Order: sequence, then structure tokens, then C-alpha cells
Amino acid sequence: MRNTKAIYLKELRSYFNSPMAYIFLVIFAVLSGYFFTSTFFLIGQSDMRALFNIVPLVFLFFVPAISMGLVAKEKNLGTMEVLTTMPIQDVEFVTGKYLAAVSLIVVGLLFTLVHFLTLLVVGTHVDIGAVITGYIGLVLVGGFYAAVGTFASSLTENQVVSLIIAIAIVMVFFLLDKLLLFIPAGLATIAQYVSVDFHLSNIARGVIDSRNLVYFAGMIWLFLALTLRVLEMRKWR
Amino acid sequence: MIRVENLVKNYGDVRAVRDISFQVNDGEILGFLGENGAGKSTTLKVMTGYLSATAGDVFVDDMNIVDDSLEIRRRVGYLPELNPLYGEMIVYDLLSFIATIRRMEGRAFRQALERVVEQCGLAGVVHRAVQECSKGYKQRIGLATAMLHDPDILILDEPVTGLDPNQIVEIRELIRSLGREKTLIMSSHILQEIEATVDRIIIIHNGEIVADGLREELMSSFRGQTQLTLEVRQAENESVQRLPEQLEGVALSGTAENNGSRTLVLEYDRNTDPRERIFHYARDNGWVILEMSQARVQLEDVFRNLTAEGASDA
Repeated sequence: MRNTKAIYLKELRSYFNSPMAYIFLVIFAVLSGYFFTSTFFLIGQSDMRALFNIVPLVFLFFVPAISMGLVAKEKNLGTMEVLTTMPIQDVEFVTGKYLAAVSLIVVGLLFTLVHFLTLLVVGTHVDIGAVITGYIGLVLVGGFYAAVGTFASSLTENQVVSLIIAIAIVMVFFLLDKLLLFIPAGLATIAQYVSVDFHLSNIARGVIDSRNLVYFAGMIWLFLALTLRVLEMRKWR
Repeated sequence: MIRVENLVKNYGDVRAVRDISFQVNDGEILGFLGENGAGKSTTLKVMTGYLSATAGDVFVDDMNIVDDSLEIRRRVGYLPELNPLYGEMIVYDLLSFIATIRRMEGRAFRQALERVVEQCGLAGVVHRAVQECSKGYKQRIGLATAMLHDPDILILDEPVTGLDPNQIVEIRELIRSLGREKTLIMSSHILQEIEATVDRIIIIHNGEIVADGLREELMSSFRGQTQLTLEVRQAENESVQRLPEQLEGVALSGTAENNGSRTLVLEYDRNTDPRERIFHYARDNGWVILEMSQARVQLEDVFRNLTAEGASDA
């Protein structure tokens, strides 16, 4: 636990010591601001649905970008050798790194709370429950993509390669739902269950079903477990 | 005590380390000497648990590197080759991060910090970002991270590469002072460095140990020729040519004329000393000796000899 916290704090500090965190937060705030205000002020729609619809799309690129360096940078710098020869377990290393990326995503989402407050002050008939579950859904999607990003980052020491791999993987999970027409009927149910949107749309509607939670928790676990496997393989190269 | 037994490490089809075994006793300073790519770093990486061996075992204080990896990592301080560091971190933060992982907090960390700052001469840079420090300082920061927890065993991979002569002397002195109380293993491809710093030397060539012993032992095991340079005047051609016939075991490997004097290069087995006979021969032939100097066997000769032999065997 102590090691996880040390890695987590180091990683978080490294985000904020480099332009990465600021670029992510500023662009994310601008994009989310645009999508919120475009429906809120122009159409007079008193909810955050437009924002909640667009954020998963933005995450497709942003989350791989913030997680691309998690392991790849350590490998590239050679600091992986320093860390892994200290009394620290791979699982502590991966968890600390992963949680730092998730924290940055949460900070980004906190920025959008300003829109929620605007809604509360000037909006009418605000469905607070849907907003709260909407946020939970976004954190889960961000967490899922960050796990994919961590995995992709462990595969290579090149951050650009890691970014491309991560985008390709999350794209598959994102698009599956939209390509159901082209998938044989027998596989369609499976494809639908595996796709992100299917689970997210349930949560965004205000329904928190344990099946959706199990999906996200399972996916996060799967990709972090794969990351651990990859790190273990390093020794046997 | 560290024991390496029949260690083999392959990278795919490439055999980096071929069945090497050795032992390092407590309090010993051991130098790993070998050309680039000889297998030094690979051996150290396996010893620190960064890589797994293809075959063979490494024991530290009778604990196996595979089964008790975490405990061994607690006891060992390791400075990898090229000294990787987090450039954007402040030196203090970096050491504090290492201390947390090494389970030193509060008072223990402050004391350790004070110790390494003094030992490594970091007083001027503690609150600077690592990337703003000079190469010499970075190397010392790397050393400080390796020895922050005051480990009994220190493994340093090429600790002086890329430093200027003054920095090399400083780091060398630090390593020597550390070696008085710790088991210390360092590798280098720079012979003078190993020669000046360590007690015992292991020479690795093509992934195999070609020599293992104290510096003096290695020198005495060296089977080669000693060279003697003789500068003389009034030496007739004929008497020079006759020298190898007259003095058994002495070969004439070169002559050169220079402003009325003549320089002869003589060679003989390093276990013999024919200098008196050479003197008498010169006197009998009326030569005037201006200079007679015998080249001492250097560790470099031992190294060249061993690695060249190894290369021809391979």
C-alpha cells in the first residue's frame, strides 16, 4: 500500500511537472464547455446529456494520451530497472500508475462541475440523479480506457506506439455497438455485451445495474492483469 | 555473501552469459572487467533480479534470487548502467521517493539523507531538478539513490563512464571508502578504473570468465614475454645480430638507429631475468649503454592476452 501510494504520488507529480496535465485539462475544459453551452444556451435544454454523450468520444483520444507514458516512459528512461530492482511488487507499481491516470481524469471531470452548478442555478427540472450516475459512468469509462492505456504502455517503450495501440483497442470497444448490423446474429449479443456504449448508456439513463458495474470492473481487472503479465515477461526476454 | 552458480542467460538465440560461477565474500570489492558486450551488465542484471537467468542460480546470503527476490532487493543497492534518473524530479523529492519505497520515513529518512548528501557531496544540488545537474552530479545522485538505505551489498554498473578525470577520482575515492564496510561489485570496461579501485578482478570475455583473482595473482599468472628496450652506442651490426645466438632465451624483436645511437628491443620469457647477461654482452662487445628499461607487465597486458586467447578459442 505504501509503495502504491509512493508510485501514485510520484506519477501525479510528474503529470503536473510536465505540460501534459495542463494541456489535457485545458483542452478538456474548453471542449466540455462548448458541448454543454451549445445545447444549454442555444436550445435551452436543461440537462447535461450532450456533455455526457461527447465525453466518452473525447476520452477515446485523451485517456490513451495521458496513459501512454505510464510504463513506456519508465522503460525508455531506463528507470524501470531502478524501480524493479527495489523492493516493490509489480502489482503495486501498476496500481499506483493506473490510479494516477484515473485521478487526472477525475480532475478533468471536476472541471465540468461548473456546468452542473450553472444547471442547478439557472436550469429547470434538473434530474440530479441522472447527472450523478452520468458522472459515475464517465469515471468508469475513463477507468476502463486508462486500464487499456496502461496495458498498451507496458507493451512498448515508445510512447507514440503505446498511444496508437491504446486508441486502436478502445476504438474496438467503442465501435462494436455501432457495427452490430455487420455482425452475425449469434455473435451480436456477445458483441453488444462487450461494447462500452451498451453499458454506459444504461448508467447514463440513471440506472445503475450490477451487470454494468461488473462489466467495467471486469474490463479494468482484465487489462491491468494483462499489464502485470507483460511486466513479468520482461524478465524472461 | 553472493554465490553465482552456472549462470546462463540467452537473449533469444544470442548467448550473453555462458555458464559462469563465482563467489563474492562479505566486505570484498570485486571488479567485473570486460569489453563492451562481454556479458558484465547482463550478469549484474540477473544478480539484482531485473532479469531472470536462463539457467543457473544466484544466492545472496543463501537466499535464492527467484524465491526471495523481494528480501534480496531490500538488501542490495544497485546503480544500473547509464544511471537512469527521473530528470524532472527535484533531487530531494527523488531521494524521498526512494526512501518511502525503502521504508524509511521521518527521522530515518532525514538521517539517511544527511549521510548520502555528505558522502556523495550533494549539498549544493539537493533542491535542484535532476536534469539541471551536471553529469558528475547526476552520477553522484544515482549513487546516492543506490546507497540511501545503507545496503550491505552495492552493485554498480559502470559507475564512472562519461565522467571527467577529476570526477572519476572523486567517485573512485567514494567507492573505495564504501568498499571498506560493504560488499561492493562494480563493472567497467575501463581497465585503469578497475585496477585503481578493486581488490579482486573477474575478467569476462564472450560471456565466460577467463580470469578470476586478486590483481597480483592475475599478473603472476600471466604467461607472456617481457620486453626490454636497450639504447646503445658503438654497437657494430655484427655484434647486434649475434646477440640472440649468444644469449639463450633472448630474442631481438626490433632495432632502430637514431643520431648515432641504436635502440634494440629484446624479448624474453617473463619468468627469466637475463639483464645481467645482456649487460656483460654489451660490455664485452664495447657497447656504451645509454638506457636499459624493462617494461613492467601491466594488467592491460593480462587483459589483452586473455581476451585475445578467448577470442581465438571461440
